[in-house]
Amino acid sequence: MTTEPTNPAGGSSPEPGAAVPQSAQAPQAAAAVAQDGTAHGHPPFLAHHFDTPQQQFASGKLGMWIFLGTEILMFGGLFCAYAVYRHNHPDVFRYADRYLDRTLGALNTAILISSSFTMAWAVRCAQIGRRRGLVTCLALTILGGIGFMGIKSVEYQTKWKEHVWIGRSNVFSAQYTGTAKPGEHDETEAEAAKPIAPAPYTPAHPDPNAGTPDAPKIVPKVIGPPGLAAPSSGQREMTLADLAAQDRHRIAVFFSIYFLMTGLHGVHVLVGLGLITWIMVRSIRGAFSSLYFTPVDLVGLYWHLVDMIWIFLFPLLYLIH
Amino acid sequence: MDAQSAEMPAVDHAGEAHAVPMKVLLRVFAALLFLTALTVSVTRVNLGQANVLIALLIAVAKAGLVAMYFMHLRYDRPFHGVVLIVALLFVALFIGMLVLDTGHYQADLQPPADMRIKP
Repeated sequence: MTTEPTNPAGGSSPEPGAAVPQSAQAPQAAAAVAQDGTAHGHPPFLAHHFDTPQQQFASGKLGMWIFLGTEILMFGGLFCAYAVYRHNHPDVFRYADRYLDRTLGALNTAILISSSFTMAWAVRCAQIGRRRGLVTCLALTILGGIGFMGIKSVEYQTKWKEHVWIGRSNVFSAQYTGTAKPGEHDETEAEAAKPIAPAPYTPAHPDPNAGTPDAPKIVPKVIGPPGLAAPSSGQREMTLADLAAQDRHRIAVFFSIYFLMTGLHGVHVLVGLGLITWIMVRSIRGAFSSLYFTPVDLVGLYWHLVDMIWIFLFPLLYLIH
Repeated sequence: MDAQSAEMPAVDHAGEAHAVPMKVLLRVFAALLFLTALTVSVTRVNLGQANVLIALLIAVAKAGLVAMYFMHLRYDRPFHGVVLIVALLFVALFIGMLVLDTGHYQADLQPPADMRIKP
């Protein structure tokens, strides 16, 4: 924010250093003027199109909340894609979940929550005018964000190595161009790669078309409702062989949803990191005080929203039972 | 609400904001970490459909804590909470309608050609 050396009221400016309140509604402004020793007739942080610091703060905060509302709506579209796909193909989600590392996901959740805590602490430091505490908390928050992105990149790398990337780089996709076999990195994969023979498996609802040694399984020419051959629940860990054939390609769609949701979230983390760095540089320069900390507060709100979205992403993607 | 916020060590930032006490921040932080551990450990128990519901309930509780204390909604102007809730309502409407819709038509849909069993 730039402050011009002229008075907003134009020609009728008070004497330099006089610190005369412009109106009865702006005692804060006058106090700030007296404190700073600046003589614009208003505090240096008050933009000219606002009457009072209260109005400026309230407007900024309302604007930020409305922006956060649009962010929720944007992510809502992706959550909707997730909900519809999981609703239609629950077995695909149960199978594909094994490719996600729960430990790393939980660690990342803890890291992001911690960085949200240090961000809330930073806002508190700014509100009570502790500059050193503010800078320290912001630095810790940045560290948390970098740690989150570091772990995320390790996870993405693992997905690349396991051929469960997006599009043609996903081994389950019909368009896959590589040489890997579906599910060869699967722990229970040795038997899953074999032809369908779920001997010790006891499905909750026995498939009437499962076939016996006497009457071999009839493969339908026209595909019935999805999940016909897929059991709805099982006693042991499910394998690729338990999935209906058409569901195997759908695993690739799960990874598209996973990468889109976590990717968009990751972009938000990167934007948040940039904003917090900007705030930290400004706080080192002493731009904020207990009278003016609006940018710290608003960037904090953004960072907490990013945290909130991850709080939903983590159980929905990593903790599918 | 007013009695609550009056107890807070209100730091006057243009009479709008209150610094959340350190004790409250630490408690919320501890609760968030506890709920994270809980949601991970509850996954080991097979409760069928309830697993998703429990995971979502815990996530809502965590998000609520973040919104109320880290995002100051408890001490803030109520309208900011209204903005948040309205956005969430529209997302719920969006997801609810689409799941209803897909529940009606999914069974009649043929999978795309590249998803069919190859002979």
